[in-house]
Amino acid sequence: MQPLNRRQMAWRAAQDIGSGLVVNLGMGMPVHVADHLKPEADIFIQAENGVIGAGPLASPEGADADLVDASSRRITLRPGASIIDSTWSFAMIRGGHIDITILGAFEVAANGDLANWDMRVPDKGPLVGGAMDLAACARSVWVIMEHTTRKGSPRLVEACTLPPTATRCVSRVYTDLAVVDVTPGGFVVRDLLDGLSQAELAKRTGAPLAFAPHVRVLTAPALGDDH
Amino acid sequence: MAIDKRVTSAAQALADVADGARVFITGFGGAGFPNVLIRALRESGRKNLTLIVNSATHRYSLTHELIEAGLVRKVVCSAARGQGKDLSPFEKLWKAGKIELTCLPQGTFAECIRAGGAGIPAFYTPVGVGTELARGKEVRRFADRDYVLEHAITGELALVRADTADPYGNLTFRYAQVNFALAMATAARLVVAEVRAVETEPIPHQRVQLPGIYVDRIVTVGD
Repeated sequence: MQPLNRRQMAWRAAQDIGSGLVVNLGMGMPVHVADHLKPEADIFIQAENGVIGAGPLASPEGADADLVDASSRRITLRPGASIIDSTWSFAMIRGGHIDITILGAFEVAANGDLANWDMRVPDKGPLVGGAMDLAACARSVWVIMEHTTRKGSPRLVEACTLPPTATRCVSRVYTDLAVVDVTPGGFVVRDLLDGLSQAELAKRTGAPLAFAPHVRVLTAPALGDDH
Repeated sequence: MAIDKRVTSAAQALADVADGARVFITGFGGAGFPNVLIRALRESGRKNLTLIVNSATHRYSLTHELIEAGLVRKVVCSAARGQGKDLSPFEKLWKAGKIELTCLPQGTFAECIRAGGAGIPAFYTPVGVGTELARGKEVRRFADRDYVLEHAITGELALVRADTADPYGNLTFRYAQVNFALAMATAARLVVAEVRAVETEPIPHQRVQLPGIYVDRIVTVGD
């Protein structure tokens, strides 16, 4: 099977979100998780600008410049939504009221360290936004990212080479090749792409891998990738 | 009615702002940018400003006009990266050493301002521990976790965008327009709000999101 595309990775992460949870989705790939939540699951998507209960993206005619998410996308509200100010929104985040945050990343270390805010691009200014607050304080921190860089370097590593966003925070990583839990003992593979051997996955990973007793096949429905 | 905080123009509302002012600017993601006031501040030519604004580079905010005009000495923000490959006005001046930058995690940024308006000089937060943004800051352990000491931020001026006002200065906001406005209005000595419309009757108390006691001047700017 082909590696999952970005929408399929988002779909896979969405399958693990239980009903009734409060979930924050980071910029980039993670926002697409919202498109694949089970309709019957009563999930409240929190956006760091204070929207609690973001609904689908607004249609062009229904779009309102004052109703946006953390990526400046024009959104709608789901039934039961509310909007609070930024201080309250981040008190909610720091206070442990976000069940899961799903973030993009450059690197995740075997101890759960996350690097997702500074790629050390020369001359460009820093952009941290709410990433450190979410990574340090959400009850669960999940990551969606490609298993390797475009050049083939592993993104799952022994220790981050890029500046950390928060330490020992990530508990699960969804990649295009596998679903990997971050445990006190390091990375544990739960799902593996069909046709990819454990040894091949290990070769594309920068830290030791353990495998769950019953590794599942990583699958996703056909979904077009618009990136 | 004795109290009437309406003024006729943005220029008039900013007439007594001094050079060197620390200026809060509201807005997030296209919602709540006080762009009429920002432009009036630029036209006033006040210089050596410190801007306390969540993003120094957001494409829908006119903050970049103050920066390009060379009026800004320092920026405190959580986002200072331009969109495209080309450097933003902020990044050019920052790289040239002409603007000082303090970058804070967004929740810390918000809480520093809240603390500034709430009489709290500093606070500990778990956010940023072990990162470059905590470098040089005091770290203290409470129970089993480390926390960074962050200091309150206050300022001379806050520029706020809201939806409606009444003559008392009570404000309402549309959707996510509220973002940093409540905190910034409490932390600034002079608070100027630009609003879509002023209601001549007092806004019913249950609709007031920012009490008028925090707001000094109102400018009606329309949509």
